[in-house]
Amino acid sequence: MRGKGEDENKDYPRPFPLPSRVGKCLRCFVELIFQGIAKAFELIVHFNPEVMGITWLSLKVSGIATFISLLIGISLGVAIALNNFYGKKIVISLINTGMGLPPVVVGLFVTIFIWRSGPFGSLGILYTPTAMIIAQAIIATPIVMGISLAAIQNLHPNLRLQILSLGASRLQMVWVLIKEAKLPLLAAVMAGFGGVISEVGASIMVGGNIKGYSRVLTTATVMETSKGNFDIAIALGIILLMLAFVINFLLTQIQQRQRLR
Amino acid sequence: MIKMFRKSKIITLLAAVALLFALALPNVFAAKATPKQKNIILATTTSTQDSGLLDVLIPVFEKQTGYFVKTIAVGSGQAMKMGEKGEADVLLVHSPDAEKKFIEEGYGINRRLVMHNDFVIVGPPADPAKIKGVKSSVEALKRIAETKSLFLSRGDNSGTHAKEKTLWKKAEINPAGQKWYQETGLGMGQTLDVAAEKKGYTLTDRGTYLALKKNLGLDILVEGDAALLNIYHVIEVNSAKWPKVNAAGARDFADFMVSKKTQQIIKTFGVDQYGSPLFFPDAGKKEEDLGK
Repeated sequence: MRGKGEDENKDYPRPFPLPSRVGKCLRCFVELIFQGIAKAFELIVHFNPEVMGITWLSLKVSGIATFISLLIGISLGVAIALNNFYGKKIVISLINTGMGLPPVVVGLFVTIFIWRSGPFGSLGILYTPTAMIIAQAIIATPIVMGISLAAIQNLHPNLRLQILSLGASRLQMVWVLIKEAKLPLLAAVMAGFGGVISEVGASIMVGGNIKGYSRVLTTATVMETSKGNFDIAIALGIILLMLAFVINFLLTQIQQRQRLR
Repeated sequence: MIKMFRKSKIITLLAAVALLFALALPNVFAAKATPKQKNIILATTTSTQDSGLLDVLIPVFEKQTGYFVKTIAVGSGQAMKMGEKGEADVLLVHSPDAEKKFIEEGYGINRRLVMHNDFVIVGPPADPAKIKGVKSSVEALKRIAETKSLFLSRGDNSGTHAKEKTLWKKAEINPAGQKWYQETGLGMGQTLDVAAEKKGYTLTDRGTYLALKKNLGLDILVEGDAALLNIYHVIEVNSAKWPKVNAAGARDFADFMVSKKTQQIIKTFGVDQYGSPLFFPDAGKKEEDLGK
């Protein structure tokens, strides 16, 4: 019985090895990884239009979401850091908790808000890239806010008085402080962007993983895995990592140049 | 003085943020502004997407009609939940008993037969429960239970899961909570991966199995039982219940699915890749006549 089964296995073509054999067969495992890498290069070199579209959408959605989170996160983070008010510690605790906001929970709530029968149903934005931007901005904002808050609080308290005593207006003071905290603030940008570009739970819920419309690298990876196309899934993962690396490399360049000066 | 200044500063800052946000958002909306009624939300099962059938059919439909179809691939159970809430316009599902209830409760109209394929019981070639070649699927499940061989269930209220539960009921076995019975809560493709990894049995639609066969090392052990038919219907969500539903679009899509041309595409889909069709077109037939 067993022998027969094995013979049957040989019959069908197997471009890459069985997942069930991966654990036992080091060669098969290495083969699968290399096939993934080869596939990634094939997709990039041949400029596969679908994969390029997916990559571009990932970049666009997560880029806009990060930008929105920067506007809200840095300004509110700085405002909270520079002002003393009742319940400040609770607010900061809430923000720090928000830094670990589970994307699926955000996805669930955004879905409930924007589905047709929800309060914002009339906008008709469920299963659109716009919905993904909103969800991702909600995920990234507490991350950016928490890090900017800490960054400003970490500056020497006398620095503020010193700047003001030199005759700066408050707006100028805030600007100098932000420049002074550039290093951790750029870290906030990277953390926010890294958090959303790698996120899948919310994107698949509010975006729907629609082909050529709201499919991004992470949701496509999930789908290809469930289809059993492990080589393509690995290839998409590699492209995602490369994209994240390039973005972070550029941001780090800016960050470290400031530091050396 | 300083305090007042500080307050006004915060207000300016907040106003600036609000302004930027307000400026940024409409741009985002405008970028994706397609006429609303052009969009059709199709809630369907993972099997139609994972087998690649919809990737062939949807572009044909879009080109022919100018609609834009948003395909949301979930389990049949969740697809019908979306229909119940009016969050989908049209459904392509394979859970007949639940569908009938869905129609009776007035959530859907015009339930039409589209196609069928069949379920098969797959398992490791070693076949510890000795079910290979057993004619009756119910008998096979009984043997799996008797030998306490590992069985992987979808456990996600999908059409496949519903079928599996019906079969266990017929076998008069309640597998829930048994050590040899595990629920994955995943889609069909991933459940097959788990079954392959753990060398367990599972119930799958033939289409997904054929599409993934090359990676699995699982064999078809039980097939051809009339109880294993897997029947797909298209249902339009009742716009009388949910006025926001795109009734015209749903009707056009449903008509498209049962049209001659589409049925012909379904008939030949997968033949060149897998050597046999993945689905059999059935438009116009009666559900009771299938498998005879």
